[in-house]
Amino acid sequence: MTKQNAVLKVKNVTLRFGGLVAVNGLSMSVPEGGITGLIGPNGAGKTTAFNVISGFYKPTAGSVAFMERPLTGLPPHKVCEAGLSRTFQNIRLFHNETVLENVMIGAYVRQKGTWWQNLIPFAFPGIAREEREIRASSMKLLTRLGLASQAATAASSLPYGAQRRLEIARALATRPKFLLLDEPAAGMNPQESLELLNFIRKLRDDFNLTILLIEHDMKVVMGVCERIWVLDQGVLIAEGSPEDIKTNPQVIEAYLGRDAHG
Amino acid sequence: MKTAVRNAFLNLLILGALLGFLWWAPANLDNYKLRIINLIAINAILGLSLNLIYGMTGMFSLGHAGFMAVGAYVSSLLILTVEQKNTMWILEPIAPWLLHLQTPFVVSLVLAGLAAALVGWVIAWPVLRLGGDYLGIATLGFAEIIRILIVNLTPYTNGSLGLKGIPAHTDLWMTYGCFVVVLAFMVRLMKSNFGNVLRAVRDDEIAARTMGVDTFKVRVLAFTIGSFGAGMGGALMGNLITTIDPKMFTITQTYSVLMIVVVGGLGSITGTVIGSVLITVMLEWLRFVESPIRMGAFVVPGVPGMRMVLFSVLLIAVIIFRREGIMGTREFSWDWFFPKPAKTTQTKEARE
Repeated sequence: MTKQNAVLKVKNVTLRFGGLVAVNGLSMSVPEGGITGLIGPNGAGKTTAFNVISGFYKPTAGSVAFMERPLTGLPPHKVCEAGLSRTFQNIRLFHNETVLENVMIGAYVRQKGTWWQNLIPFAFPGIAREEREIRASSMKLLTRLGLASQAATAASSLPYGAQRRLEIARALATRPKFLLLDEPAAGMNPQESLELLNFIRKLRDDFNLTILLIEHDMKVVMGVCERIWVLDQGVLIAEGSPEDIKTNPQVIEAYLGRDAHG
Repeated sequence: MKTAVRNAFLNLLILGALLGFLWWAPANLDNYKLRIINLIAINAILGLSLNLIYGMTGMFSLGHAGFMAVGAYVSSLLILTVEQKNTMWILEPIAPWLLHLQTPFVVSLVLAGLAAALVGWVIAWPVLRLGGDYLGIATLGFAEIIRILIVNLTPYTNGSLGLKGIPAHTDLWMTYGCFVVVLAFMVRLMKSNFGNVLRAVRDDEIAARTMGVDTFKVRVLAFTIGSFGAGMGGALMGNLITTIDPKMFTITQTYSVLMIVVVGGLGSITGTVIGSVLITVMLEWLRFVESPIRMGAFVVPGVPGMRMVLFSVLLIAVIIFRREGIMGTREFSWDWFFPKPAKTTQTKEARE
């Protein structure tokens, strides 16, 4: 069982774009070490919620705290420094860079040496060693995700599934404690989705992560998540274990519409 | 490891060849050719610094001439003799503190770079909040502001009269010495993880921010380093010509550097070096179109400025037909000349 103390606390977050309320009073406490899901119909505000948590949007009201530290209003790179990393719904790799370079860029946030110290490695042997270690550990991470043989190829020439894995590898390179996955199974066939399930579980165990994912594939969500939040039109309509969610009438209504006879 | 030793050896060989050439050239080439060879190195320095800003970090800047002007003026003011300063300022007297300020040329070069970097840093804060074409327009505006300031700050710059008879210290050793230092700096910078980060900021700023990169800080830094290079290059160019005035640093100056970078390939160090050789030589060689040309019975009268027209055509052609330039983003590597057992090196890396 997972420990039940919350690492990520989202409190009454509201985000308005002019007259449109994208997220309305969202509150979540994500338990440490768990794999949790945020689901909802298209346009429910899931990605917007992710963007608030990862610092791209400043919420109109409410607060986000990570391990008791307030994140509200911090820019994305500070959120990443605090230990939250994410992937994107539409994959955002550095396309001109090689696979290895992509991961190394992820490791930059933990790099202590500054740019000019690396220009004169003989004067700063420790800094030069750090740079070599980043290369080596990035390579290790690629091996771990089965991308080692493509380390020298450009990220854009990878097949789709491998690009998704590379994005996860890059996120892991920032040494996160918390991983936000935005539709990791998008565009995958059932077989691939099943593999992804096991892969996500292994990730959590191997890297001591807490994972929150957005997903449309209900098989994936029900299969892997220990706790689920359901958003509809920016409002949290349900929260609970997969079994609770499956039988919740409000959720069924949000996804399928109201029964004409009922 | 073996290839590292091989590459180091070959690099030294090239460096040796360059040294040999620099030793041979002054006695065996005429002044005109020497000046072109000097200009190649200076243009390469300018090109590399613009490439760092535009090609590597993706900031479309048209402010290079402004930073060059800062560098050229700072350096020149620091090496002019007291008598020269006394006689040259005829519109208004020179600022008294400036009159006796003097440093050796090399020190003035570094100070020129630092002054340009400082100006670049100050400009970067407001300007780098913009992106794309807007950034180009804003930097162009700031370059023009710098030029206008130089025209009007007569006690410091001698206004539109410019500075003449600057003591010449620029020879092949000086220009190529600076060039090799700048080249080595750029190669090391772009090979380091920070180089990866610069390219990441260029390719996808949002992803870079998510990965914990303070993209604004990185862009300001790259812009400042690029301005340093522009200042140093401007100082060398002013010293080579020994005369500078505000008219030298108009937008056309920026364009010729921009052309080197674009023709060579945005984001390629190798491309910029090739581009600077090509463009500098062509700019001189194309002078024949500006003199009258006889074709049988016809005499085409020479039109001054014709080569700039040809160059504009060339630039447009490059942009239409080969956007990535000569090199694209690729870099020179000694591996080109050696059949590489690619398979084994890859598996070796994987095992580590």
